[in-house]
Amino acid sequence: MDFFAAHDLDEALAAKADHPDAQILAGGTDLMVEINLAHHRPSRVLSLRRVGEIQELSDRRIGAGVTWARLERDGHRGLAQAARTVGSPQIRAAGTIGGNVATASPAGDGLPWIIAAEASIEVQSKERGTRTIPWNEFFVGVKRTSLAVDEVVTAVVVPEDVPPAQEFAKVGTRNAMVISTVSCVVIRGDDGFRVALGSVATTPMRATQAEEMINAESTISDSVLDEFARIVSAEVRPITDHRSTESYRRHASGVLARRLVERSLR
Amino acid sequence: MTTRIAPGVRGGIGTSVLRPDGEPKVTGNFAYASDLSSEGMLWGATLRSPHAHARLLKIDIAPAVAIDGVRAVLTQDDVPGEPLFGQEEQDQPVFCDGVSRYWGEPVAVVAADDEETARRAAAAIVVEWEPLAPIVDPDQAAEEGSTFRDLSVRRGDETTEGSVVIEGFYETATQDQAPLGPEAGLAIPDGVGGLDLYVTSQWIHVDHRQIITCLAMEADQIRCHPAGIGGAFGSREDISLHIHVAMLSLATGRPVKMVYDRSESFVGHVKRHPSRMWYRHEADEEGNLVKVTARLILDGGAYAHTSRAVVANAAYFAVGPYNCDNVIVDASAVRTNNPPCGAMRGFGAVQTCFGSEMQMDRLADALDMDPLDLRRRNALAAGDPLATSGQIIDGSLPTLAVIDELEAMPLPDALIEDDPRLLPGGTGLTTPASSVVRGVGYAVNIKNLAFSEGFDDFSEARAVMTTVGVEIHTAAMEVGQGLVTVCQQIARTILGTDRVVVVWDDTSQIGSAGSTSASRQTQMTGGAVYAASAGLRDKILESFGGDELHEDGVYLHGEMVATIGQVCADGPVENQVQFRHPETFPPDENGLGDIHAGFVVSAHRAVVDVDPELGLVRVVQVDTVQDVGKALNPQAIVGQLEGGTLQGVGLAVMEQLVVDQGVIKNPTFTDYLIPTFVDAPAVGTRIIEEGDHFGPFGAKGIGESPTISSTPAVIAAIRAATGRDLTRVPVQPEDIVGI
Amino acid sequence: MNVAITINGDERSLDVRGHESLLNVLRNDLDLPGTKDACEQGECGSCTVIFDGESVCSCLVMAADADGSSVTTVEGLSSDGELHPVQEAMLAEGAVQCGFCTPGFVVAGSHLLETNPHPTEPEIREALSGNICRCTGYGSILRAFETVTGEES
Repeated sequence: MDFFAAHDLDEALAAKADHPDAQILAGGTDLMVEINLAHHRPSRVLSLRRVGEIQELSDRRIGAGVTWARLERDGHRGLAQAARTVGSPQIRAAGTIGGNVATASPAGDGLPWIIAAEASIEVQSKERGTRTIPWNEFFVGVKRTSLAVDEVVTAVVVPEDVPPAQEFAKVGTRNAMVISTVSCVVIRGDDGFRVALGSVATTPMRATQAEEMINAESTISDSVLDEFARIVSAEVRPITDHRSTESYRRHASGVLARRLVERSLR
Repeated sequence: MTTRIAPGVRGGIGTSVLRPDGEPKVTGNFAYASDLSSEGMLWGATLRSPHAHARLLKIDIAPAVAIDGVRAVLTQDDVPGEPLFGQEEQDQPVFCDGVSRYWGEPVAVVAADDEETARRAAAAIVVEWEPLAPIVDPDQAAEEGSTFRDLSVRRGDETTEGSVVIEGFYETATQDQAPLGPEAGLAIPDGVGGLDLYVTSQWIHVDHRQIITCLAMEADQIRCHPAGIGGAFGSREDISLHIHVAMLSLATGRPVKMVYDRSESFVGHVKRHPSRMWYRHEADEEGNLVKVTARLILDGGAYAHTSRAVVANAAYFAVGPYNCDNVIVDASAVRTNNPPCGAMRGFGAVQTCFGSEMQMDRLADALDMDPLDLRRRNALAAGDPLATSGQIIDGSLPTLAVIDELEAMPLPDALIEDDPRLLPGGTGLTTPASSVVRGVGYAVNIKNLAFSEGFDDFSEARAVMTTVGVEIHTAAMEVGQGLVTVCQQIARTILGTDRVVVVWDDTSQIGSAGSTSASRQTQMTGGAVYAASAGLRDKILESFGGDELHEDGVYLHGEMVATIGQVCADGPVENQVQFRHPETFPPDENGLGDIHAGFVVSAHRAVVDVDPELGLVRVVQVDTVQDVGKALNPQAIVGQLEGGTLQGVGLAVMEQLVVDQGVIKNPTFTDYLIPTFVDAPAVGTRIIEEGDHFGPFGAKGIGESPTISSTPAVIAAIRAATGRDLTRVPVQPEDIVGI
Repeated sequence: MNVAITINGDERSLDVRGHESLLNVLRNDLDLPGTKDACEQGECGSCTVIFDGESVCSCLVMAADADGSSVTTVEGLSSDGELHPVQEAMLAEGAVQCGFCTPGFVVAGSHLLETNPHPTEPEIREALSGNICRCTGYGSILRAFETVTGEES
């Protein structure tokens, strides 16, 4: 195995241009699991741990190398809530949001917030420079993204006007250190509610029909919330697997979305 | 044997002395089996079957042999002795013998210069399989008579009927012991054709017997040594890699080490039997149980292991610690192509305690009785016959005291805070306090102690007086429970010195201590240490005409008559014994008789906060009262009660191996979920000391009891909170929601 | 490839093989088996070390990527027979049974107390929720930490 540790972004992009097959190593919390369980033996590894440019964290720009531990303290409200549920404290000290984005697991805990916030994914390559890919064009399938082979995820770019009323929740079979069976983010803005869910489709998804329905209502009554939850449950596309069932995931999607709308109004 | 406690000794029984292996464990210096190494050591790796049921058509080891650094590749053809092993019934081939009978069955092993090469070489072996339809439905296996044992109990009058009848069907999932220390072994050739084998085990003598039989070697050619164990809970009662690592070492003439990784560990040891249980409880209007009928099916998987004994326990404790004169139990352990099952803490009693305690709660509802009053009314006591076997309970059985003491323990405060760590869903922020309903549930259990059904159950120990203190020699396995401390405490108490060390002997140096299972070591090896120490003391006192033994010598009427130097003038003085518990007998044709050596009871009260809409649970507090006979080390008892309780809580709310068509879908710690610190309830503990038991000073074994009724107590509490009859564990969120 | 790592204060230079984890290097090459290998996927905390000031699972650190880092293992927390207060407390409270999780709790716990010297009970539970113990039920471990921090319940 060839190993290369980039010390700045230029080095990283040059290495990725020369070796598009190089597997990116950031926090190691996904890649090393695959390696240890012998599913995966990359021939080249490119470490980004020392790249300073991707460690920056501001309201508008979350560097790809920012760890969950930092986001838990200093992230946007909904993302901080999500960060707190990622793995264990040890995982949060090492794992990065960039890894979550690039791995693009349907269960990625940070992803529902990204799509609810309508953030973009900033990627860079030596050849084509910077591309900023809108949230709805980046995640294309189970662990598949529109990232090109010579590109590196460098940041999550947050819109200027992302509303502060953000709420996250995640259901798992354990009360800590658990992979989500359903996760949900609700962001409430002047233009209404945005609702995103994880673990209920091949990619993190927006509940657009439910958003349309609730945003057309002038008052959020119990009956409106009942109908809203029903639509969320109907429009998610979950599967049954060893972690949960389709019917429970549908049910929990509606319950969580409803509770988060209520929480965002408090 | 007299109970004379030496005066003034420190660290004797009844005290919470520090464990002697504690400091090496907190500093990282304790050597576990997986930490061992030897000069010139090779690494072993296992190729396993990818099919739950398949015919092995062809195996080509050449691609593995061709890899640089590979020193040996072995299959069933290379087994020199008996091709089959097994603790009770020899039915399992050392390697796949032409048919794979479960997913993950060993097919071949490789020894290579390093671990990575060994694993790569194992993966390079080419095997051609013809997949066969697996038998995975335990009911089908039972119907077809594919069973390890069918046990029927017929007691009393089958025609008796009660006026209040409750029927129910219950299921428990496959639970894994998931000890943190992986299976590991190191085999070192002795240069004259034999081996020293350091292995994770619960009973090295029974391992040794199986190993020498399969290797066709003399008993003295193989020496099994206890190695440092990272937990066991039943998972190490049967052979895992022992024969494989020994074969690789013999084949290469080099030391060979094998360590399972976590995924391999999940397939590499036997588990708790999943069960299906149908029950019918009949009572009179006052709530007296008049008849219990049960059909129990435990899925033993592909090979026998301890299924015969597990199903007997399920059957004999199917009614719980209650009186009932008319009992019909039909219990089967079935053979399927599911993962093999065997011992896990509670050993059959866990499954039926869940079923029968759920029945008792439903019966209480039907009778409009308090569930504890129903249990009190029927509580089994010393002198009563066990409902199933009819055996008269000899010695203490404080069922009523356990229930009364538990009910009197304080309940936790009502939930007031919105701290997510105190709510269902935890930091997932799913559940506001306003969505939470609290429930309280109780359950009681009874379990046998030590081995039953006529098994010649003994433990050998040797006490040696030297000028620098006492050595206690035993081959009993310390798996973390604190046997080492208890042995020291007993010897100190009898021999009047705090200078006691426990020496773990190998199989050539001492006889069997029996298994570290069945809650037996404190009683059995503790009993052996007591007897060995008392015999040694009496021998020394007699030799020197004394009446008391102190750390510095023998005394008569308070005056020293011989120093320890004089006692040991001709060398160390020793005394070796085999300790046996009261004789037991196999069941008669109706399944009745004096089958068990002794019994223990305990009870749990669970307090849960439930989010009924999402089906999420936080187990707030679980209190337990334990019959202990006599408390030898109070702190270690609390440790067993807290830890055992949490394993039962795990089975109640999260722990299960998901098995689909014989394939384990979640053999990792990502998906086989064990309670974390956040999931763990506060556990309040109380003990009842009555002391009428065969163990040293009257001590009972308490290793398993805490795991048994914690599961139904939690489910009873969720039932109380939600009003739903919950019939399977672990309970799933969708069961609580009702979808 | 060759890497230089400061382990428990000593700079060590060593060759590491591709893919292998810091955990493997500690256990197999540096003769520091106190860091335990129990799951190799960051789900049990038995292999916890302090890596450049953070408490992480050493099974998830690629050894090649640890070049230039500073690592503290359980062996580095006690010196000359002088136990760390967390070690003392875990011993005294009976928080050690099989002990396989203990080094991980000692390391993660020492890090907790450095970053939050007086944690509440829920804070202790959450901070140590990445460390699985299969023996104790966590009660004695909680009591040990409450003893160290003087927050006995």
